[in-house]
Amino acid sequence: MLELEARPEPSRAWAVLSPLLALGLTVGVGVLLFVALGKDPLRGLEMFFYEPVKNARALAELSIKAGPLLLIGLGLSVCFRSNVWNIGAEGQFILGTIGATGVALQAGPSTSGWIIVPVLLAGTGAGMLWAGLTALLRDRFNASEILVSLMLVYVAEQLLSFLVHGPWKDPDGYNFPQTITFLAQTRVPRLLEGSRANWSVVIALFSVAAFWLFMYRTHAGYKLEVGGLAPRAARYAGFSSRAALWTTLLLSGGMAGLAGALEVAGPVGQLTTHVPLGYGFAAIIVAFVGRLDPIGVTFSSVLMSMFYIGGELSQSRLGLPKSITGVFQGLLLFSLLSCDTLINNRVRFRGLRGARVEAP
Amino acid sequence: MRLELQDITKLYPGARANDGVCLKVAAGEIHAVLGENGAGKSTLMKVIYGVTQPDSGRVLWEGKPVRVSSPDQARKLGISMVFQHFSLFETLTVTENVWLGLPEKSKAKVAQRLREQGARYGLEVEPERPVHTLSVGERQRVEIARALLTNPKLLILDEPTSVLTPQAVEQLFATLRRLAAGGCSILYISHKLDEIRALCDRCTVLRAGKVTGVVSSPSSETNASLSRLMIGAEPPALTHQPREPGATVLEVSGLELEKQDEFGTSLHGVSFSIAAGEVLGVAGVSGNGQNELLAALSGEDQRAAPGSVKLFGRDVARSSAARRRKLGLHFVPEERLGRATVPVHSLSENALLTRRDSVSPGQVLRKSPMRELAQRLIERFGVKARGPEAKARSLSGGNLQKYVVGREIDAAPKLLIVAQPTWGVDVGAAAQIRAELLRLRDAGSALLILSEELDELFELSDALVVIAGGRISPRIARADATRSLIGEWMSGLWPEPEPARSLRPSNYAKEQLAGAGGTP
Repeated sequence: MLELEARPEPSRAWAVLSPLLALGLTVGVGVLLFVALGKDPLRGLEMFFYEPVKNARALAELSIKAGPLLLIGLGLSVCFRSNVWNIGAEGQFILGTIGATGVALQAGPSTSGWIIVPVLLAGTGAGMLWAGLTALLRDRFNASEILVSLMLVYVAEQLLSFLVHGPWKDPDGYNFPQTITFLAQTRVPRLLEGSRANWSVVIALFSVAAFWLFMYRTHAGYKLEVGGLAPRAARYAGFSSRAALWTTLLLSGGMAGLAGALEVAGPVGQLTTHVPLGYGFAAIIVAFVGRLDPIGVTFSSVLMSMFYIGGELSQSRLGLPKSITGVFQGLLLFSLLSCDTLINNRVRFRGLRGARVEAP
Repeated sequence: MRLELQDITKLYPGARANDGVCLKVAAGEIHAVLGENGAGKSTLMKVIYGVTQPDSGRVLWEGKPVRVSSPDQARKLGISMVFQHFSLFETLTVTENVWLGLPEKSKAKVAQRLREQGARYGLEVEPERPVHTLSVGERQRVEIARALLTNPKLLILDEPTSVLTPQAVEQLFATLRRLAAGGCSILYISHKLDEIRALCDRCTVLRAGKVTGVVSSPSSETNASLSRLMIGAEPPALTHQPREPGATVLEVSGLELEKQDEFGTSLHGVSFSIAAGEVLGVAGVSGNGQNELLAALSGEDQRAAPGSVKLFGRDVARSSAARRRKLGLHFVPEERLGRATVPVHSLSENALLTRRDSVSPGQVLRKSPMRELAQRLIERFGVKARGPEAKARSLSGGNLQKYVVGREIDAAPKLLIVAQPTWGVDVGAAAQIRAELLRLRDAGSALLILSEELDELFELSDALVVIAGGRISPRIARADATRSLIGEWMSGLWPEPEPARSLRPSNYAKEQLAGAGGTP
């Protein structure tokens, strides 16, 4: 009989092997899925694992998807590590797009390109404000941050809808619910001429380094982690749980807001009701698949983007439903969480080893 | 022979918990298993009770080889065990708790048997009382009564006296002697030498998983000779020099605190003070307000009324634990894992909980000073761990205790509050911790020590107070205190300034007190 036995120390080998095994399982089940759907499994896998990385153009597309996931995922990692459950990154992302648009719309033909800085700051600030509402309600009235942050997503959606249907509607937009296309100087500059990739990749990678240092090398990061791992130890040490609540919510809200600003002022270039694509929710999976670790989140955001792109390609080229993306994301999360059991436990076969005290 | 173990060996990853252990228990014998923490006592009991399987060796029950594969099977053979930590449902009555574990259909019959058995062995329990109204001693009686209802031939007791008053210990011993006289064998696990000498017929001593001696009549041994077998050397005697107390360090006056959970204890009019260079011991049966008092002093509970807790004359009743620590108050809580340490963090990371030495002014963590501090604590306090990077949860209870106590002693606090300073640590390490605590006192620190072991309190303290029912007794100098007096006070019976109150040592009385209200 199979039996799990707790390891005295977490296994380092399995910490590395577990994600690989999980990926292997995901691919394996994916193959079965393609076969069951009557598709060539190799073609199917190609859509997910080769097409998104095959050349510079594909990589640029990948970076556009991975950037926001990474930024939001980083903020959420800090949050979840401290046992603060911000489920509403999507709402904070939307506020980020609104804040950024609010500033971008002020620009005229003579405005300098530096306006992108206030555009991004406004997005970040708006995201923080939205998350701050959750923090306030939790702090003041002990409201569940899970519910509050989630419900604020719907409020944010309505706010966005109101703005693009009303005050911010493009007068020459044939009554479509959308703002004007942003002026060139209010857009996030591209990295290279001819590539869709822009500076948000650099910002995201810089954030990875900053978050890594914050989480593992500062006292503030340590305090947040203790609060999440052992709340009673945090109380014993005198680390304030209120400070942790505010810090993590503002930080993750700011990151989601920044991602929103980079999205609306980057690849999209105007605010419509179609700008939020669910990155805020997908980033929750990204954070967990990346084990709430900045480096891990980097990999998982790339992987998740590959699934997004692969799903779109399977739809257009193989005629598969787009929901295949969700299936792959779910498969990966499920197998990773299962495989992670092996880090702290080992499998033993009871009956082969174990009891050897027998009557002679 | 009722039970015989032959060459039992049990390996755990990285440790030989039992190494060729032999043990013989005759019918009607009270047999002690003595050993320091980590010597392998618990593992051996788990083998006998079928919780775990040995890697090699034989178990003989009444002369026949058996394989005990589960506690259920152990009970069928006639082996019962009373664990150190109780497993009773607080909301159920005594009878219901006992009934749960029996095949018996009728509840009334169980109650009847409990009464009969109680009369026979001096194990009086009131079958209809809900468990949450019982004192700790009464709860233990329920546990033993439950174990006895299966008519065991062998009863295993794991450190049964750690939560009992001296009087309750006497009562327990009387019960055990009566049981043994009736033919039941008893395995008595303990590290308390006095008890073993007073109670047991024979004694098997374990050290580092091996048997280091079998003593045929412990009562004719001395504590010193037994502890030599147990730890290999005699602990050095403590020198407790009288010392003039200095200025007042901690002053608690009229502290009132409503309990936070249902089974807690509210504090009523708690007042005492400690001076520099003084050790104040707090005696009491656990669950009488110790946890609440400690949380109010440490800053984990900040609900105390302003002015009721003063540190160096400063009002800290509402200050955070971090603020109090900055003023020089360090605290060792009873729960080492999850409160004093983060289980999944390494020892060096755990040093950071209460020590800011390795945080740079820019709030950056400096890894190598963290490791050095952890390494120093490991060496100074003889912590058995793989190194500074070992996770807190990978250490045994006693070793983690050494690390935590060491971490706070090493901080040279002006006031050190310690709950159960030597809980679970072996005799040698306990002696070292006590010596370090006294050295701290001699250097001018104030110490507040809560312990369930009266001997320890008598050894360390300059003065004693007793906590019972959330109230604190008057202070008594150690020289004037006797075990029986403190034992009496532990039941809440101390000379009271207000004559109107009658005190009884039960939760019922506590509720009455709470209802009567304290001073505003």
